[in-house]
Amino acid sequence: MSEYLKPLPKPTPTSRPFWEGARNHELKLQRCGNCSRFIYYPRDRCPNCFSDKLSWHPVSGRATLYSYTIVHRASARAFADPYVLAVVELEEGPRMTSNVEAPHDQLKVGMPLLVFFDDVALGHTLVKFKPA
Amino acid sequence: MSLKGKAAAVGIGELKPAKEPGDLTALGLMATVSAEAIADAGLEKKDIDGFLVGMPYADPGMIYPTSAAEVLGISPRMLNVVDIGGASPAGMIWRAAAAIDAGMCNAVLCVVADLNRAGDQRPPTVSTQREFEAPYGNIGANCGYALIARRHMYEYGTTAQQMAKVAVDQRANALKNPLATFNDRPLTIADVLNSRMIVDPLHLFEIVSPVSGGAAVIVASPEIAKRAKHPPVWLLGAGEYANHSTITYAPSLTTSPVKVAAEAAFKMAGLKPDDMDLVCPYDCYTITVIVTLEDAGFCKKGQGGPFVAEHDLTWKGDLPCNTHGGQLSFGQPGLAGGMSHVTEGIRQLMGRGGERQVKDAALGYVNGNGGIMSEQASLILERRS
Repeated sequence: MSEYLKPLPKPTPTSRPFWEGARNHELKLQRCGNCSRFIYYPRDRCPNCFSDKLSWHPVSGRATLYSYTIVHRASARAFADPYVLAVVELEEGPRMTSNVEAPHDQLKVGMPLLVFFDDVALGHTLVKFKPA
Repeated sequence: MSLKGKAAAVGIGELKPAKEPGDLTALGLMATVSAEAIADAGLEKKDIDGFLVGMPYADPGMIYPTSAAEVLGISPRMLNVVDIGGASPAGMIWRAAAAIDAGMCNAVLCVVADLNRAGDQRPPTVSTQREFEAPYGNIGANCGYALIARRHMYEYGTTAQQMAKVAVDQRANALKNPLATFNDRPLTIADVLNSRMIVDPLHLFEIVSPVSGGAAVIVASPEIAKRAKHPPVWLLGAGEYANHSTITYAPSLTTSPVKVAAEAAFKMAGLKPDDMDLVCPYDCYTITVIVTLEDAGFCKKGQGGPFVAEHDLTWKGDLPCNTHGGQLSFGQPGLAGGMSHVTEGIRQLMGRGGERQVKDAALGYVNGNGGIMSEQASLILERRS
């Protein structure tokens, strides 16, 4: 694997289960035991009802493309090649910032997507999406 | 409780932004524009007893207000950093009025300055953004506004031509503003759409350029306003709201917190958008103006595209908008970019708009926007005849 220069996530005690799930190629989200909502990104308390009864659950990995931009010229040099920065809406409700790997002329807001796991560097896996 | 008519802007100081920072320092710029604003108000430095300052990214520090005040040689009875991104300058104005109304001080210096070098964007300083945004390349503001623009186009059919029109009309305004960075030639919609695609759907000429500069405003009590050199510009209404930081997690990508902030400001003023003689909405990108005009109630939600296409946004038009050129043509000297909307609103209402003076301007709407349509501060300003 060539040297990976882009920023890598630094898991916290709060987020570690999410990134461990990604390393095992499993998408896991927190769900609130009080208001039943799924939560992204990981929290210590539910941002909706403020309950601390949160637990981790595997989710479907199905999503739709909520919005996207093709970044031709990034603000950070590590992202030299054009890429698709997207907001995806997970089937379970929360939105996520991610990348979509697809031919640029096939991108459409609302298109169905499926999760995939990009092992970008040793011990680091990012959660990305491709057309379903 | 209301801030209506409790304080007025009495002086402004603003520099022509520099493309390259050269030997400038942020503190030096602050001193220059502060001196200009105090003199403009007809006051002396010893009259300043309140201090609101923006932290320059080029020279930040903890417990910043006292160190900046010490450099300027002022001893304030009220001091704070206002840290709500591009909404900070508009946010300073109502905070100054509130402190004056509460009897804490009488003349507040609101000052921002920064140095900017185009180039590599620093990684986010906020830990959640470093963890969940930066790894995917959501760094800087460009991506977020492109995501808003794309979704706005999808939901409402907004077009690239309509967005470009904002930059074109504001450039016409900049041609009459000697302080604007880009005031040498007009722009056409074709120029904008032929400029380099940066973050599809946003082109180069739809995106602010980082420059260096500073600006200051003096907000004062009615007693001081009475003896000011220029006609005081009164704060009639103010509203502020935030409901997200990163746009991904906003309740809506296309309906912004401007809605709540502007509603509060108009309610306090007892006025409506139709009453305004000019508008100064924060314009880091073309789409920002469209979303702001919609959410502030100048047109129906989703109609911002046709609205800017059908109205003349120049100083002599039917809806004068960012008569200084907006930041798109003025340049963005850090937080002083946000202050440029405040200073232009005040300048026009004082009747000091020069070649771009809006005829009989008495009421203006100013909006400050921070982050990715995240923090919003709306002001209604009035010149009383």
